[in-house]
Amino acid sequence: MGKLISGAEIVFKVLEHHKVEHIFGYPGGAVLPIYDELKNHKTIKHILARHEQGAGHAAEGYARSSGKPGVLLVTSGPGATNAVTALTDAYMDSVPLVCISGQVPTHLIGTDAFQECDTTGITRPCTKHNWLVKDVNDLAKIMDLAFEVATTGRPGPVLVDIPKDIQFKKTNFVLKSSNKKKLNGKSKLNGKISSNDLDKVINLMKKSSKPIFYTGGGVINSGPDASKSLRELVSLTGFPITSTLQGLGAYPGDDPLFLGMLGMHGTYEANNSMYSCDLMINIGARFDDRITGKVDEFSPKSKKIHIDIDPSSIGKNIKVDLPVVSDVGSFLKALNKRIKEKHKDFLNSNKQNISKWWKDIDKWRQKKSLSFKNSKEVIKPQYAVQRLYELSKNQDTYITTEVGQHQMWAAQHYKFNKPNRWMTSGGLGTMGYGLPAAVGVQIAHPDKLVIDIAGEASVLMTMQEMSTAVQYKLPIKIFILNNQYMGMVRQWQELLHEKNYSESYTAALPDFVKLAQAYGCVGIQATKPDELDEKINEMINTKEPVIFDCRVDPAENCFPMIPSGKPHNQMLLGPEDEKEEVSDEGKTLV
Amino acid sequence: MSKSKSAYSEPGKLGKSEHHIIVVWVDNEAGVLARVVGLFSGRGYNIESLAVAEVDRKKHISRITIVTSGTPSVIEQIKLQLKKLIPVHKVADFKRNDPNILFKELALFKVVSSKKNREKAQKACKKYNSFVLDKSKNSFVIQVTALRREIDKLIETLSPLGLVSTSRTGAVAMTRGSEIFK
Repeated sequence: MGKLISGAEIVFKVLEHHKVEHIFGYPGGAVLPIYDELKNHKTIKHILARHEQGAGHAAEGYARSSGKPGVLLVTSGPGATNAVTALTDAYMDSVPLVCISGQVPTHLIGTDAFQECDTTGITRPCTKHNWLVKDVNDLAKIMDLAFEVATTGRPGPVLVDIPKDIQFKKTNFVLKSSNKKKLNGKSKLNGKISSNDLDKVINLMKKSSKPIFYTGGGVINSGPDASKSLRELVSLTGFPITSTLQGLGAYPGDDPLFLGMLGMHGTYEANNSMYSCDLMINIGARFDDRITGKVDEFSPKSKKIHIDIDPSSIGKNIKVDLPVVSDVGSFLKALNKRIKEKHKDFLNSNKQNISKWWKDIDKWRQKKSLSFKNSKEVIKPQYAVQRLYELSKNQDTYITTEVGQHQMWAAQHYKFNKPNRWMTSGGLGTMGYGLPAAVGVQIAHPDKLVIDIAGEASVLMTMQEMSTAVQYKLPIKIFILNNQYMGMVRQWQELLHEKNYSESYTAALPDFVKLAQAYGCVGIQATKPDELDEKINEMINTKEPVIFDCRVDPAENCFPMIPSGKPHNQMLLGPEDEKEEVSDEGKTLV
Repeated sequence: MSKSKSAYSEPGKLGKSEHHIIVVWVDNEAGVLARVVGLFSGRGYNIESLAVAEVDRKKHISRITIVTSGTPSVIEQIKLQLKKLIPVHKVADFKRNDPNILFKELALFKVVSSKKNREKAQKACKKYNSFVLDKSKNSFVIQVTALRREIDKLIETLSPLGLVSTSRTGAVAMTRGSEIFK
């Protein structure tokens, strides 16, 4: 008989077992026993957010930049409901999170008690799995399983709801992690990669004269080695590569074989290559609607290979010719080996085979679809991102974003060379993600430069987390492209709703420099293009958190874009292209 | 062709909808049915009928039988999404017109009417393994087991004969022969 320990202590024992160093949270009545136990576990540091959504996004930023699961601790009722946006965000973007929520004592569940809500009911559709712990003897096992579910297969968020009486109750602590029950055969891909699959992929590559790699967040989630293997594969084949928003950084953004991001605001060359290719090799991407546009006209002439760890991602939106269910990293590694050992003929002929294809691509490249008209009077937002990139690229910089035009400009103009350096809310599109995510990134990487490229509307949604940054001395840089509008909303209203800018202008913005001072950090403002470099350098060299108010052209739109309902070969390149009539049918689809 | 500048794509061509019976073996734990049903409602899939009960009392495994309809790609997604749920052990999928599969649904009818109509009603039920479970002066409760469409038809037949209450289970299914689904 071992010593009896409380449920709260068991929680920490399992966290320690999984080598958790940081948890993000906010205390409250139903979770106090766990907070009481915190003092006895010195290896675990708690980061106090100012709102549970902020804690959740911080945990996401931490997870995505470090490859470790993010841990979130919230109380019952409003604590849990505030975390729902972050959980849904993590679910959409496959971020491993373990959320521990307090619950009212077991005997009060179902009585509409104070701060009670049906947490497992509410979070069921936005987690991979969740548990309500009704017996303290199940707690260790469930907590351990929670980590396993969150981090294996396609990663994602899980939630463990622990009633207050269970946190107090004592039991023997047993953690049989050697004797893990297989998750009904789900999580463990046995790691076997069939040489048959490899040869099928290689044979399709051999036959192709217009191939393209279309890579996504799965490469990042598969770990840094997957990025290495991807680079090797691209260099072996000489095939062009494009990436989704989430996949940026898996392949160097400044490499000549990289066509830039694809999709709604992707480059002209990437989208035209996707449309015209004869072989599409999807590696860890999910044919999201921002990528495919109209599915019936999506890449009509290509054979499609899809390599993904999640079987339900394959064939969901687009039919594929060769599905491969596998961890991306292990598959790419095996593929490289196979090509080098058994298909030397391919290595000798491939670059010749696709030389005409590269000529086509170079023609599309000459459109320079990311170009914009710069100005001497007013800061163009694209120019601001370009300068930020130039002035920060000499160090290992981590970028987060909010959601909107600035996010797309960041994706287009900031070039990433390493995985896990780019944290953005792609699937859910959560305004207010970037600032708290930057907090989490800086916790994981205290000595690195962490910049949130933000819009002024988004950042106001979670501005309170500046207080967290100041408390923990996190020198995050909030680089606001301030155009006074919800820019993406304004852009659509301009294109679709006869410039009726209904409620997309923020009439009473705060003075961001004074706001920075109020939080106890540094405020910087830039209004003219010629002062931008100096001010950005000042921001980078400041050792405290900074809010940078970059006043940009309020009328600038984000191009290029695929108007939806159109295939990839019909992009709008700039303002001159947007004179078309919009049908009523088109408007209803927004 | 209309010119759309919407932020969402237009719907593509739809495949042909088919009826399928999906059988799901799950751990019989709290909330498991909500997970399965929530997956259907959350992703806009159909449930025409649902039957569920524990079938293995030692391992606490329940068998859920769902009748659904959808295009082949939707049916494929339903299966793949179900398999991702943690408490799900395995998922089987049968076309409703598959001759190798037995489908049965159980129904209870309460008929209140004249003696003559009750006799007619009883006769109509006869070929569906009917049992009279309860009788009174002017009513009876009868049990039948049949295919879904047969029960649909029976309801039409019984309605003018004094059918006042219907209760049905939803279809359950099993393969013919010695094979079992693994």
